[in-house]
Amino acid sequence: MQAHVLEGGFDNHAVDSSHAFRAVMTAMARPGQIATLQGALPPAPLSKAAGVVLLTLCDPETPIYLAPSHDSQQLRDWITFHTGAPFVTAEAAIFAVGTWQDLPVSAFAIGTAEYPDRSATLIVECESLSNTGAVLRGPGIKDQTALSLPKTDAFQSNAALFPLGLDFIFTCSDRLAALPRTTRVG
Amino acid sequence: MYVAVKGGERAIDNAHAWLAEERRGDTDVAELSVAQIREQMALAVNRVMAEGSLYDPDLAALAIKQSRGDLIEAIFLIRAYRTTLPRFGGSNPIDTDTMQCDRRVSATFKDAPGGQVLGPTFDYTHRLLDFKLAADGEAPKAPSTTAPTEPTPHIMSFLDRENLIQPEKTSDATPDDLTRKPLELPASRALRLQSLARADEGFILGMAYSTQRGYARNHAFVAELRIGAVAVEMDIPELGFAIDIGEITVTECETVNQFQGSKTEPPQFTRGYGLVFGMTERKAISMALVDRALRWKELGEDNLGAPAQDEEFVLYHSDNIQATGFLEHIKLPHYVDFQSELELIRKLRREAQDAMSQEAAQ
Amino acid sequence: MSDYNFAYLDEQTKRMIRRAILKGLAIPGYQVPFASREMPMPYGWGTGGVQVSAAILTPDDTFKVIDQGADDTTNAVSIRRFFQKTAGVAVTEATTEASVIQTRHRIPEQDLRDDQILVYQVPIPEPLRFLEPSEVETRKMHSLEEYGLMHVKLYEDISQHGDIATAYAYPVKVEGRYVMDPSPIPKFDNPKLEMAGIQLFGAGREQRIYAIPPYTQVVSLDFDDYPFQPTKADHACDLCGAEDSYLDELIVDDAGGRMFMCSDTDYCTSRRKNGHVGAQGVPFKEDAA
Repeated sequence: MQAHVLEGGFDNHAVDSSHAFRAVMTAMARPGQIATLQGALPPAPLSKAAGVVLLTLCDPETPIYLAPSHDSQQLRDWITFHTGAPFVTAEAAIFAVGTWQDLPVSAFAIGTAEYPDRSATLIVECESLSNTGAVLRGPGIKDQTALSLPKTDAFQSNAALFPLGLDFIFTCSDRLAALPRTTRVG
Repeated sequence: MYVAVKGGERAIDNAHAWLAEERRGDTDVAELSVAQIREQMALAVNRVMAEGSLYDPDLAALAIKQSRGDLIEAIFLIRAYRTTLPRFGGSNPIDTDTMQCDRRVSATFKDAPGGQVLGPTFDYTHRLLDFKLAADGEAPKAPSTTAPTEPTPHIMSFLDRENLIQPEKTSDATPDDLTRKPLELPASRALRLQSLARADEGFILGMAYSTQRGYARNHAFVAELRIGAVAVEMDIPELGFAIDIGEITVTECETVNQFQGSKTEPPQFTRGYGLVFGMTERKAISMALVDRALRWKELGEDNLGAPAQDEEFVLYHSDNIQATGFLEHIKLPHYVDFQSELELIRKLRREAQDAMSQEAAQ
Repeated sequence: MSDYNFAYLDEQTKRMIRRAILKGLAIPGYQVPFASREMPMPYGWGTGGVQVSAAILTPDDTFKVIDQGADDTTNAVSIRRFFQKTAGVAVTEATTEASVIQTRHRIPEQDLRDDQILVYQVPIPEPLRFLEPSEVETRKMHSLEEYGLMHVKLYEDISQHGDIATAYAYPVKVEGRYVMDPSPIPKFDNPKLEMAGIQLFGAGREQRIYAIPPYTQVVSLDFDDYPFQPTKADHACDLCGAEDSYLDELIVDDAGGRMFMCSDTDYCTSRRKNGHVGAQGVPFKEDAA
């Protein structure tokens, strides 16, 4: 195992993860709002923000799917060392990481009628992230906002599945925004 | 003029100080040591370990001391302590075939290999207060013999050889753990057994008793009750084999119950199972009866609507820490809810009285 | 309490709770099952709220705890102290200064800002529980959006009493989908469930977490001819004179004499500090109640 696999985690796990979770929670509660995260230095190609999300939310109880864009031995070793999360196929994943093009969106669990929470959360690595583009409305949004989504129709059909569906976290460098299934994309 | 009451913080501090003083009791009487509780209140310690789900006699004894002998309070202390402990791994299943039995009785066979061993039981004591104990608790040494080196076979294995007892499904899957995953219904048998093993002794006793009195009666015989020490082993991946990490005393009860059979199955006995930390035979027998009652669905029996057959009812109400917390929370202030009901009932009465006086006027 | 982790819970437990909170926010009003832990206070005394607070607090937070609207009720004091000890957070009684507020049975009178979080302690999270005791059945009803039983109950109230006989824990429908129990807040507080802050609900014993994101539609169930009415005692606060706040009723003498005062103690004190005086109040002085 290479030395840098052991590096890049939280310095003070309890405190760093508390700040990180607050940022992620606020993002999920306020779709489209962009937050800046600190605390992790994962190996490329994983962004800092995506690394922080994995360190904050993942452990041996959360199987992860890595899209081809992110499936390297180095990244697997880093995630294994810092979280202990197992790697699985898209169908069995609770979290997934990758670029939009490489994520098999229709393969992930969308929950069941009795347990809609048993659905995957997709961490989508983006080239850019800004409050431009698609118009968002719904819970967490006062009137409306905008977010640079990689696509529009996929998120419209996801919202149509409500209360089932996927939830998304968009990451770019050290920044992140979220889009739960409740958000209506215009 | 009115000055609002304040002082919650001081009241709490004073209450805690008073509680500590009451716990100690009269200081002219020697203080009780944790070791004394562990050694001389061993059955209380066992119950706290069983329902606290933590095998540690010293901690259980400490909890009993701290809780002034309130066992549910002691169980609560142990549960709160264990829940945030880091998990290093899971042990292998214990093998009760290898148990060093201190007690082993069967109600189904007069004798069997291994014999009947009464052990340190209250069963045939006459329940007469022993006033000698008030002055002198020393006991003469009990007669002893060398423990058999041969393992004691399970009575059920003899029925098994004749195919008279329904075989249990074997599985190497790691069972769910209700302390790590929220309870989901219908629950697997493994999860039910875990829940029953932690459940309040009194509740499970009452449920088991209700089956004996006809609420889903299932004709249980104690095929075997055994109490003794077993080794706990754990696989160490780095070593590639299992090592012995300690020894625990457990009580195991297997009941043999009647089964009518069906068109495809000739009649066969079925089994209820109880396994509890420590020397806790009342709980283990009760657990076996309730386990058997909850198996009605898999055994194709009728749902008689008995409480002990209703897994949701049993599993949701058997945990004394959940039950006592919610029960006692009604002591907390409910001014706001009560106020809203006060207003509502005044309004409803006013409206009703207005309507009545209108009717009277007409 | 240096033996314990920041905010008491171990990190794995926090991650499990944090994941449940995120799913709760993504499915407003839906009760997410979570593996509630035994906390060092009894079930029924706020363990759900405490676990949610422990999972969301950062060392930078300012924490406020109210029970029945008041900061100095004994259980509120106990929970506030727990987090002072285990998380080292700053605490306050002032609603406007708090970043996280844990509450039992009330929503503060002061509107919350978008940088504030309200954490509710919930005893029975299932709004259908007293109509149908079985969890298996109520879960099915939610999945099928089958809420007829609730409407029948409310309608039977009207036919028997001429009014809906639910005064607290008044059911709401969130974002047009899930019927939700807002915890035992008086129905006076229901309109405030649509707010700028994040609302998180924790039921420890019942192992459920749910959430309402900011600006989410929350409708109290009613009928066209019997519209929902938030009600309070028809009085003003005798201490601060407020006419818009929810009131506690006190028995003040042996003859059964009554007085009314704000249940939200911070709201009342702030008003008195600003010179408002009620019928039986005295001008505000520091340290005098």
